[in-house]
Amino acid sequence: MTLDLPLIWALLIALAVLLYVVLDGFDLGIGILFPFFKAKRDRDVMMNSVAPVWDGNETWLVLGGGGLFAVFPLAYSLLLTAFYAPVIGMLLALIFRGVAFEFRFRDARHRPLWDVSFAFGSTLATLCQGIMLGAFVQGIAFKGRAYAGGWFDWLTPFSVFTGIALLLGYALLGAGWLILKTDGDLQERVYRRAPWLAVAVLAAIAVVSLWTPLLNDAIAARWFTLPNLLYLSPVPLLVGAAALALFWALHRRRTALPFLMALALFALSYLGLGISLFPNIVPPSVTIWQAAAPPESQGFLLVGAVVLLPIVLGYTGYAYWVFRGKVHPDDGYH
Amino acid sequence: MTDLIDPVLLARAQFAFTVSFHIVFPAFTIGLASYLAVLEALWLWRGQDVFLRLYKYWSRIFALTFGMGVVSGVVMSYEFGTNWGPFADATGPVLGPLLGYEVLSAFFLEAGFLGVMLFGMNRVGRGLHFFATVMVAAGTLFSAFWILSANSWMQTPAGYAMAGGQYVPADWWAVIFNPSFPYRFVHMVLAAYLTTAFVVGAVGALHLLRSSYNESARVMFSMAMWMAALVAPVQLVAGDMHGLNTLAHQPAKIAAMEGHWETERGAPLLLFGLPDMQAETTRYAVGIPHLGSLILTHSWNGELRGLKDWPPQDRPYAPVVFWTFRLMVGLGLLMIAVGLTGLVLRWRGALYVTPWFHRVALLMGPSGFLAVLAGWVTTEVGRQPYVVYGLMRTSEASSPIAAPAVASSLALFVLVYVVVFGTGIYYLLRLMRAEPESTAAAPEGGARRPRLASEWAGGPTKE
Repeated sequence: MTLDLPLIWALLIALAVLLYVVLDGFDLGIGILFPFFKAKRDRDVMMNSVAPVWDGNETWLVLGGGGLFAVFPLAYSLLLTAFYAPVIGMLLALIFRGVAFEFRFRDARHRPLWDVSFAFGSTLATLCQGIMLGAFVQGIAFKGRAYAGGWFDWLTPFSVFTGIALLLGYALLGAGWLILKTDGDLQERVYRRAPWLAVAVLAAIAVVSLWTPLLNDAIAARWFTLPNLLYLSPVPLLVGAAALALFWALHRRRTALPFLMALALFALSYLGLGISLFPNIVPPSVTIWQAAAPPESQGFLLVGAVVLLPIVLGYTGYAYWVFRGKVHPDDGYH
Repeated sequence: MTDLIDPVLLARAQFAFTVSFHIVFPAFTIGLASYLAVLEALWLWRGQDVFLRLYKYWSRIFALTFGMGVVSGVVMSYEFGTNWGPFADATGPVLGPLLGYEVLSAFFLEAGFLGVMLFGMNRVGRGLHFFATVMVAAGTLFSAFWILSANSWMQTPAGYAMAGGQYVPADWWAVIFNPSFPYRFVHMVLAAYLTTAFVVGAVGALHLLRSSYNESARVMFSMAMWMAALVAPVQLVAGDMHGLNTLAHQPAKIAAMEGHWETERGAPLLLFGLPDMQAETTRYAVGIPHLGSLILTHSWNGELRGLKDWPPQDRPYAPVVFWTFRLMVGLGLLMIAVGLTGLVLRWRGALYVTPWFHRVALLMGPSGFLAVLAGWVTTEVGRQPYVVYGLMRTSEASSPIAAPAVASSLALFVLVYVVVFGTGIYYLLRLMRAEPESTAAAPEGGARRPRLASEWAGGPTKE
């Protein structure tokens, strides 16, 4: 028996991207929610709740990019060239928010400026990611091994909508994280606002789920023919169950469950996306096998991933454990 | 689309700009992480508070620098794809796994333990905290290992085969330990240590100028001058060996560095000159006879190849390479001089009470950064016109992106980097200007010289 290396790597990259989305998702979400919390005290708490972990969260983005370069170089080359503008926009936006973690504590006089930088960077980075997601689903024009589309192919009504949908989704993750990490008045305000956010997220999920099959017959056929319809029906049903649990948890003022249910909504939407696109890594027609690096490359890095990823997950989990519990305004080393 | 601006040149300018800004931060954090590990070890071992104070002082500076290194580094990991798609597609099977190992073994390690290192002093025991610091320091070194292996492979490719237009790994050991890698790795790590030593030395010197009784300033200045005295001469030897390796594998780069056009025996070492690519000569050359051959071939009449041995389209742009190389070597010699002077003053017991030497050390603060940048420009411009040396031309490597798109992104990068990182560097200088606490009592009045603080921060500042 031989290993299907491209398949293994597609699953590993998919896992890395999912971990990126949910981990950086909640700390980007904190930035998206920043404008709704004006008090310095609240903002200090929000910032300190993610300060020890944001850097590790963003590393999953580098693994996604570096991993794609290593094991699916054709996809890396095509996608990043096709998404030139939103990629550059995302990278610059991540700079504005990343430096704010240190800068706002280093310069009291200009703190409002770095607060704006943090909120603006988080929002723009998310918007760019969501737009790329939509453009990715819609597909890339290429010829031979090179990108052959226009420079604004990524900008469509659908991709703008997925951009907004991701903003709402990250904001919901951020709200769940705040409920988990804060208490008192700040936490109560999040409890009261989160249900509205949850409604908006569910509406966005519904619209994207119906819009996607309309874009592409193959995707429609995958979901809406028998017997697939039956096999795949647990996905939307579980989304419904997670949504109900989320509203219940918010209503009953549960601490961890809102965040967990927001994670579940993300994981299920992501699974749905994977079902729609598999086995393409560059929609509409480059498969994971066509884009794969040779087995010498995929095998070499797989050894490292099998050994190192569990260790990475171990000490990342440890870091989260060290900083468990509620965050208070005077935390941090500053 | 306009033919006036070459999109490849713009893409090169963008990469050069973003990577130059980026390298400044890791060049400092590689050394600083190791320095912090040493400080914490000394604190745990000797129990003297001064080491803990220095640890806290420098860890604030580390946090700020590291943050900027992370966000400017994420850009690099995507720029291969945005601007150099065909290069990424062709070399991904070889270079991608090296970067993959860098992420898995280095970036996660740094990021995972950085939080504990910066925020965890009161949450974990001393031993675990020290372990976190050591892991961050190890992460910076692992990162240097993999990224320099990748860069070295592009300079001296080995262990590959060609398949369907892609470079495919044939022997991973030969890929990773390609011919120039060991030299480049040692040279860069030493450079990072020297960069940090001269920054730490400058900060120590600044505070000694204010008060020569400041214990923290004394300790950091002493440690920095030990590093300068020990590491700068070693760097000279490492650099020489790296040069010999380059002569063996990239002789055109050496010819450009030396400004040599004719192949000759007993070639001179040019101290000054203006290489002219059109006229194929180095104007106003001032040289020492035979010294070039002596240094590079270790023989009085050794033969060195000149640039005319290569057709014009295969020659690196000598005017840049010639001068950045001299800048790097000149700074290296100054570093050695500072290190030796420090030894003499220490022997005389005057290390902490010689203001002119402290001013010299203060001026030498940025020398490491300049030398690192000059060295990288030498090696990167010197390997042109190739991106994979001898195999893939830079002009074949760039994405099919129109000049206006690259020009706009370049303009945005310049704007954002100058504003954001410029501010960050200003905050760094402000942290360095803040006086490290000292338990040793300073004498009344007198010894403070705030005038120098504003010089160091680049002008009057407001708190």
